[in-house]
Amino acid sequence: MNAVSAFAVGLLFGTGLIISGMTDPSKIIGFLDIAGAWDPSLAFVMGGAVLAGFIAFRFARKRTVSFLGGAMYLPTARHIDRPLILGGLAFGVGWGLAGYCPGPAVVSLGAGQDKAVVFLVAMIAGMALYEAADRHFHARRRRRVPRELSDVAGDA
Amino acid sequence: MIDWTHFTPWSSLAGGIVIGTAVAMLALLNGRIAGVAGIIGGVLRPAAGDMAWRLAFIFGLLVAPAAYRLFAAPAAPTIEASYPVLLLAGLLVGAGTRYGSGCTSGHGVCGLSRLSPRSLAATITFMLAGFVTVYAVRHLLV
Repeated sequence: MNAVSAFAVGLLFGTGLIISGMTDPSKIIGFLDIAGAWDPSLAFVMGGAVLAGFIAFRFARKRTVSFLGGAMYLPTARHIDRPLILGGLAFGVGWGLAGYCPGPAVVSLGAGQDKAVVFLVAMIAGMALYEAADRHFHARRRRRVPRELSDVAGDA
Repeated sequence: MIDWTHFTPWSSLAGGIVIGTAVAMLALLNGRIAGVAGIIGGVLRPAAGDMAWRLAFIFGLLVAPAAYRLFAAPAAPTIEASYPVLLLAGLLVGAGTRYGSGCTSGHGVCGLSRLSPRSLAATITFMLAGFVTVYAVRHLLV
């Protein structure tokens, strides 16, 4: 059941990305180009998504089991540390260079964009590099930050 | 100045609400954060019983263009970046989103929805880095 709902969510999420125009890298770069002809569309996407998300998380955070009966894997980390900022900087530079972030890149692969294929192969290589580095420095990192704080469900 | 020819407030707002609805469903039904980088990253760190939902979500993203085409003709995207730039950008996005624990969906949409100060800091950071990068590429290098 978890996989069925995750599929439906992925389909809906991807459709939202297409409707919003965010699968077009020129719209992302148009938003990031505040010194040029600025396209504020991305702010409207975020606004709409956060509005719906805000209502949902107010319910979700009070629950101890999901509606499908599984555990809740919502992040509890609150600290702002160096990996968060350095990772964000690296991501932002890549985002500005290509106009792709992970979601729209995967949807664009589904649309048969050959440039999205190249981006995604590199992106997965970048993730694998992180995994290798993380394993290498894992013991040292764990002494600084408890694992359950640093990596809740692997996200946000 | 605002680029009125490309600005799409209504379809972007509507698409955003659809994305937010998807985020809401994953949080309430699966108890998960709809962070695309985190979901893909988890596939690269396999754990028993944790793979099916991730692969199903990614498959949903992949078939979204085909589903959309049943109802409307998708607009053709413009991708200015060359292949070498796409390679560099992909590496930075892949490593950066994992090191920083999230991307536009995980920190941007989900984190801001949860009013997380950590995700707000991440979102400000990658937005600023994006602004500076595009400024450098469009206005300093050319």
